[in-house]
Amino acid sequence: MTTDRDDTDQPLRLRIPEPARGQHAPDRVRYISAAGEMQKPALDEKVERVALMRKQLVRVLDDEGRAVGDWAPDISVDEKRRGLRNMMLVRSYDARLLRAHRQGKTSFYMQSLGEEAIACGQQQALLPGDMHFPTYRQQGLLISADYPLVTMMNQVLSNEHDPLHGRQLPVMYSSKAHGFFTISGNLATQYIQAVGWAMASALRGGTEIAAAWIGEGATAESDFHAALVFASTYQAPVILNIVNNHWAISTPEDFARGASATFADRGYGFSIPAIRVDGNDYLAVYAASQWAAERARKNLGPTLIEWITLRVGAHSTSDDPSVYRPPEETEQFPLGDPIQRLRQHLEFLDEWDEERHVALQAEVDTQVNEAFAEADSHGSVKTGDVGSARTMFDDVFAELPRHLREQRDRVEELS
Amino acid sequence: MSRKISYVQAFNEAVRQEMRADETVFCAGEDIGGFGGVFQTYAGLQEEFGEERVVDTPISEQAIIGLGVGAAATGSRPIVDIMFMDFICVAFDQIVNQAAKMKYMFGGSATVPLTITTGGGGGLSAAAQHSQSLEALICHIPGLKVVHPSNPYDMKGLMTACIREDNPTIMIKHKRLLGMQGEVPEEPYMIPLGTAATLREGADVTVVAWGRMVNEAFDVAEKLAEDGIDVEVIDPRTLQPLDSETIVESVRKTNRAVIVHEAVRFAGLGAEVAAQIQEEAFDYLDAPVARVAAPFSPVPFTPALEQHYQPSAARIEQAIRDIVARPGA
Repeated sequence: MTTDRDDTDQPLRLRIPEPARGQHAPDRVRYISAAGEMQKPALDEKVERVALMRKQLVRVLDDEGRAVGDWAPDISVDEKRRGLRNMMLVRSYDARLLRAHRQGKTSFYMQSLGEEAIACGQQQALLPGDMHFPTYRQQGLLISADYPLVTMMNQVLSNEHDPLHGRQLPVMYSSKAHGFFTISGNLATQYIQAVGWAMASALRGGTEIAAAWIGEGATAESDFHAALVFASTYQAPVILNIVNNHWAISTPEDFARGASATFADRGYGFSIPAIRVDGNDYLAVYAASQWAAERARKNLGPTLIEWITLRVGAHSTSDDPSVYRPPEETEQFPLGDPIQRLRQHLEFLDEWDEERHVALQAEVDTQVNEAFAEADSHGSVKTGDVGSARTMFDDVFAELPRHLREQRDRVEELS
Repeated sequence: MSRKISYVQAFNEAVRQEMRADETVFCAGEDIGGFGGVFQTYAGLQEEFGEERVVDTPISEQAIIGLGVGAAATGSRPIVDIMFMDFICVAFDQIVNQAAKMKYMFGGSATVPLTITTGGGGGLSAAAQHSQSLEALICHIPGLKVVHPSNPYDMKGLMTACIREDNPTIMIKHKRLLGMQGEVPEEPYMIPLGTAATLREGADVTVVAWGRMVNEAFDVAEKLAEDGIDVEVIDPRTLQPLDSETIVESVRKTNRAVIVHEAVRFAGLGAEVAAQIQEEAFDYLDAPVARVAAPFSPVPFTPALEQHYQPSAARIEQAIRDIVARPGA
């Protein structure tokens, strides 16, 4: 201690992200590169050089729908059409289940409107046997893996065919066979689990990689940071996805990002190559996912990807976004709509037109409606056609212990 | 002056009045600012007190509690919010090993006037990670005080007491009671921590319940009165420290006790209450102390199952009838 405090010292002040609310997302999307502007680094590029990309944006589709630059992926027109179909299916699925919520057939739903390209595109770049550790807005992973729509709906409706037996919140799907780890209501817990799964895959000499998913808001949780330490230390074969859709319920992305320029910045401190990618550009999503997956498969370690997108709808059916966000936001979002952009690209290639689009829309809507009719015939949360009260005691432990068997008998007496 | 307001409004008014009266009080938590909290418990507070006293935080329960501990230890009187009680587990070290023990470990020189508020309880189809009643976990920790109001009047008085308290407190708001209306005085008042309320006097059996179960038990008691069963209903209101004296005195009078809580029965707080009753009133008991609680399994999502999981009026009534039917000594 050298001196006493000086009377002229300034009082301390905090920085509160400002203006915290009422500012349109378009103004907050920073560092938008032109399509094709970014070079694609070699798979083993030095992390310091990849780090130069963290204030840029990988984009493939330009305003005319051309696929341009290094990152344009080499995939067939059929694969692109499949991507378009998957995204349209997800959107139609969401719309039908939101309607089911209004009909009282489920008490809760979360849609992925505007973010469909990220889950659909990444799933197309991965292989069966790889494991996703999703959050609650990646229904596109299951739909793109051809998980039956009816089974998904049975879960949301909590009916007698619900594979999770009415125990879990709607949309918290789970299917090991489809590479979809159980969703947690507590945030970020899956991120470190994904790293652990990837480490185990490497330890047993497997070839399967993991993909961790998190929303930008939940990166504030300690589990996110711990996951990065472990992924970096062990160079685990994992893709670390951050979906930056600009909103954590009512909280703008600024709060979790802090004074960093981007969420991709988080990678550099852990020596994890990190890129920022246009999440509404299906081809960029596919290409970046493919690049990260290949790095993992070649034992080149983890890759962090910040996907820039916009949560177009509410957080869930439990909140009203008009209270906390401006209505013009979607219209003014500079990265457009993922379905429209891939459609424009296919039209530019002369591989798609209005007529086929309308026909496909009708086809996916019919598929969704038929699946819903079937799921609905098994009952819903409204009709309460789930298993009997005795099922509450199943799966608490691997084997039903005696004291739980006794409790089960008592519940049955009362019900 | 008294008028009818809701449980949420009673909470909100207590915070508002204490923030007006004491500049060292501030709030922090997820979505509590412009949005007013996902349950609207903090509605309008940022408007009145600004972003520096009603702080929206990033999503990190550990950091939210940790900042509360740090701020409390340096002379502020923070109120920090954890959206769902289930999420306190994420911040358990800050609560159990830091907040609760700081005064003790600093040789008595540290004061931690921290209030943690959180939404507890089930019955809202919120499933296994958003519905738990974890009061037994926190009541087990020396250094913490825990309150769980069952109505708007108690909510305001207990919340005011928590904010003014010099020890770390945890206020459990029951999610199913948020809209409950009741008479609440406009002026600030405190309900001293550690004082139970006897909601209904009776001669035949004592029912001890907390949170939403108080109201269930009360309705059952009113109904049983028509059948000539006279039930005394006690709401401890503060779970730690527990007002054992009021409970024991009542059981010495009625000679029978039923404890009702939403948490799982095994090692629930009811076990502690039952143990204290047998220690202090063994010679007065005409029947073993009964407990009505949840089975030993996680809270299921769907109402079709949750209705069997949660203690119901029917189960409470049955337990009371069973215990009253036993012949006295």
